[in-house]
Amino acid sequence: MDWLGILILIIKCLVLALAATTMFAYFTLFERTLLARFQNRIGPNRAGYIPLPGGGKLFGGFLQPLADALKLFFKEDITPILADKWVYLISPGFAVIPAIIIWATMPLGFWPDGQGGNWLQLADVNVGILYLVAITSLGVYGIAIAGWASNNKYSMLGGIRASAQVISYELALGLAILGVVMQSETFSTGEIVMKQSGLWNIVPQFLGFAIFLVASTAEVVRAPFDLVEAEQELVGGYNTEYGSMKFALFFMSEYIKLIAMNALAVTLFLGGWSFPGLDQLRDGLIPIAGDGVATIVFGLLSLGSFLLKVLVLSFVSVWVRATMPRVRYDQLMNLGWKILLPLALIQVAVTAVLGVMFPAVDNRYIASAISFVIGLVVIVVVAARNSRPVQAGRSVTLVKKAGS
Amino acid sequence: MLGSIFKGLGTTFKYLFKKPVTVQYPEVKRPVRERFRGRHQLKRFANGMERCIGCSLCAAACPADAILVVPAENNPAKPNSPGERYAATYEINLLRCIFCGYCEDACPTNAIVLEHQYELSFYDRKASIYTKDMLIVPPDQGYGEVPPVFQQLNRRPSPPAQIDL
Repeated sequence: MDWLGILILIIKCLVLALAATTMFAYFTLFERTLLARFQNRIGPNRAGYIPLPGGGKLFGGFLQPLADALKLFFKEDITPILADKWVYLISPGFAVIPAIIIWATMPLGFWPDGQGGNWLQLADVNVGILYLVAITSLGVYGIAIAGWASNNKYSMLGGIRASAQVISYELALGLAILGVVMQSETFSTGEIVMKQSGLWNIVPQFLGFAIFLVASTAEVVRAPFDLVEAEQELVGGYNTEYGSMKFALFFMSEYIKLIAMNALAVTLFLGGWSFPGLDQLRDGLIPIAGDGVATIVFGLLSLGSFLLKVLVLSFVSVWVRATMPRVRYDQLMNLGWKILLPLALIQVAVTAVLGVMFPAVDNRYIASAISFVIGLVVIVVVAARNSRPVQAGRSVTLVKKAGS
Repeated sequence: MLGSIFKGLGTTFKYLFKKPVTVQYPEVKRPVRERFRGRHQLKRFANGMERCIGCSLCAAACPADAILVVPAENNPAKPNSPGERYAATYEINLLRCIFCGYCEDACPTNAIVLEHQYELSFYDRKASIYTKDMLIVPPDQGYGEVPPVFQQLNRRPSPPAQIDL
């Protein structure tokens, strides 16, 4: 690789890292506004707006992330006197670096660079999925050592909870991903997206998708599985002793990981950058505008489609956060080990059996339909088995009325 | 289990389309109750004369010792108030005031009334002392009607808690 190639690579890395950070910044605004609307409030609408003729205000609050960042930047930076200083200082980095490098193998769109590569994917490694799984679980080291180094019992408990939770849900997450890998017969993220043209993996892997959604929420320790930072019990959890930019880095890693998990769900189950009609558009554009323009348009549109799907899943994340109360610790462990893990095994078994029974490509719709129905039935049955019996409306008589 | 999860999600989703209840404060101000006790005003008679006769009963009644009254003799040719004396200095330290309304009760001429102004914040302590010029209503407006407290004595006790916006 010559120096120009290296330079291009470095620029691509920088752009990707900055894009991930910007997405984090605007995800916080998205979440705050949406949570506010779910709770009948307005949300941040003061910092920055575009004045409209007639006194109206457009995009009220679109500079809020910037204001938040400035505020955090100018806060006092405190190191507790009893903290393990060096570990305390590097653990935010430990948390945020994995969160950003997750994005390296994510196919954000399809814009071939003419040399077998893809401008919108930093590295199409042939073990991309393994890389993703490895890096997502690496992030918990930052949290665990932050909790330990703070020398604070609440931080410690938060860190321990985080590691226990991530280990528990990693199994279900890995098995849900395994189903997709078996379906697509490849570990490369780019190829998995290619294989989904025509039929997204959410249909044959419906059970896997459901498991992935739950397990990924738990993996990024987000509501309703945010026991790591349960305010009522643990003050602030592992980041109690962190302030200023160090806290901001933890905050950032958490949210970038969340968006990355949503992006992974899109890649694995929702067809990645593909969108119905996009291929036909490119084929129609080639004779009109030429090959180059068609490639560029297709690349940008595929990126847009990818981001749109990520946005939809992000909406679901916020929606779930606005709805669900935090689960109890034993409920968390029960759900992870006794429900999600066996379900994921069922999904893997079903995928394997159907893959042997219907090997030909023409039969994939039949196999997908069967797999979808099995997944749906299994979810309903398991949910029914694990729900509490419905209580009939009770009436309690405290005082007997005279004459009755 | 699934049913209740989706029911909960549906409930929150419904709220997404409801009108927010937020009152955007500096631009929109909620009306206060009729008997709200905010900043004081010194009232006038309908002919423009000051109601305050400088008796200092409000200062005596004040549990927080927030009021200072220095009375002076009226000039018979051009009286400030209908009595013999008037308040030459009338100062209320609004950082001391606890807005109890005892001064209102003590006033024999209904001169001092706690009105509805509640945005009282100061950059320094000196600014919190309101002098007579700031407290008294301008000569051309706000002649001392019977204060709301007395108007309401014959009415029902209190309006319901919810004030329509």
